[in-house]
Amino acid sequence: MSNKHLIAAGLFGLFSATGQAQDLTLTLTNLTHNIYFTPVVAGAHDSSTEIFETTVAASEELEVLAEEGDFTGVSGLLGNAGADVVDNPAGGLLASGESTSFTLSNASGNDYLSIAAMMLPTNDAFIGLDSWEIPSEAGTYTVYLNAYDAGTEANDELAASIPAFPGGDAGTGGSGVTTEISNATVHIHPGVVGDADLEGGISDLNNSTHRWLNPVAKLTVVVE
Amino acid sequence: MIKFSKVAIATVGALTLAACNDDSDTVTVIETPVEYEVVLKNLTNGQPISPPSLLLHDTGALFTVGESASEALELLAESGDASGILSDTRFILSSASASGGITYGTSTTITVSYTDNVKYLSFVSMLGNSNDAFTGLNQVDLTDLALNDSVTYQTVAYDAGTEANTETVDTVPGPASNAASPDGTAGEAFNAERDDIDIVTMHPGIVSSDDGLITSALTYQQKFDNPVMSVTITRTR
Repeated sequence: MSNKHLIAAGLFGLFSATGQAQDLTLTLTNLTHNIYFTPVVAGAHDSSTEIFETTVAASEELEVLAEEGDFTGVSGLLGNAGADVVDNPAGGLLASGESTSFTLSNASGNDYLSIAAMMLPTNDAFIGLDSWEIPSEAGTYTVYLNAYDAGTEANDELAASIPAFPGGDAGTGGSGVTTEISNATVHIHPGVVGDADLEGGISDLNNSTHRWLNPVAKLTVVVE
Repeated sequence: MIKFSKVAIATVGALTLAACNDDSDTVTVIETPVEYEVVLKNLTNGQPISPPSLLLHDTGALFTVGESASEALELLAESGDASGILSDTRFILSSASASGGITYGTSTTITVSYTDNVKYLSFVSMLGNSNDAFTGLNQVDLTDLALNDSVTYQTVAYDAGTEANTETVDTVPGPASNAASPDGTAGEAFNAERDDIDIVTMHPGIVSSDDGLITSALTYQQKFDNPVMSVTITRTR
């Protein structure tokens, strides 16, 4: 594939496989049953920048995003790296089934797209896209995003450890699922346990509504 | 993609000789050795991945969803022992194994090569804290992967269907089960008896004692969602 592009670039000198400024239209959809996404941060950046990497410990900026829903640290990290950044395109929370559409014009060399937002209500789950290579050919592309665990906070599933229950459906009196972090690197989230007891049990999450399976978000990218 | 094979390092001497003695257009195209560097990441929260053995092959498959697991796959999925898979030389052209398992949150790199172009790469590994869960790649087509190109696959969890998913301390061999064992003895790994549905399927997941299966030796920490591994294959020769 890349060979073809290089040949085309050599023949016509009009564009190359990388390094071309592009106009992108992105649509992000929350596919979950009853999980909210906190304000999203999206950035087009170079190949040496990343906002997270599996099997590697989360940055402090990502930890704050995943635990508190605050995207400003990650946004700053991207901005300092010369990325083209879009902050909070949904203008707040993105509820189940909702979509947000936004445009992103990436400068020459910013050929990789990354996205993150916290999942509520959880301890430190986030939706993530890590350095997806933006296609050079015009077209419509679909990418599905998984739920990651930042690995920075034990998933006790207690209301006291979770910043908000946007659905107003917080349980109380849970004993806590765990006090331990099994994997302190960014990894695929093992999922929510929850329970059916609103005022006790192991968790303050609900075991029928607060669970999910991957993928948790759908991203459509239109390259013009 | 690679239509015209480059001459291999191993044959440079022969080529040089040929070039010295003969400047006509009779250079023989020599079969290309291929080499793939494969980075395997364990993406799970708490499932050790048994030592992967990467296989290069042109025919055959390690498993088919909906069909019964081979005895070699049963052994692998219940114990992590890949020896049965590796001993099936009917279709394996070349293999390379990791020196150990892959702990969650870590990765390992394996280089596998062969003396000729190959069609497929495959591997299977057990999810250690389970009855018979495994993951892997089945017939990844390498024929379009050009030199220095990379491709990344996300792998999912399968159920060998050869052992019921009781999650008990007696039947799960991995470290989580051993830690839960009152006398510290390891749970049984391989058992030739097939007491499950005897077809390979996608894995329904770990239930765990935290989620209501009180006889489970496993906890929340061993639960997983897909994907369970990320595998990046780079053609290096």
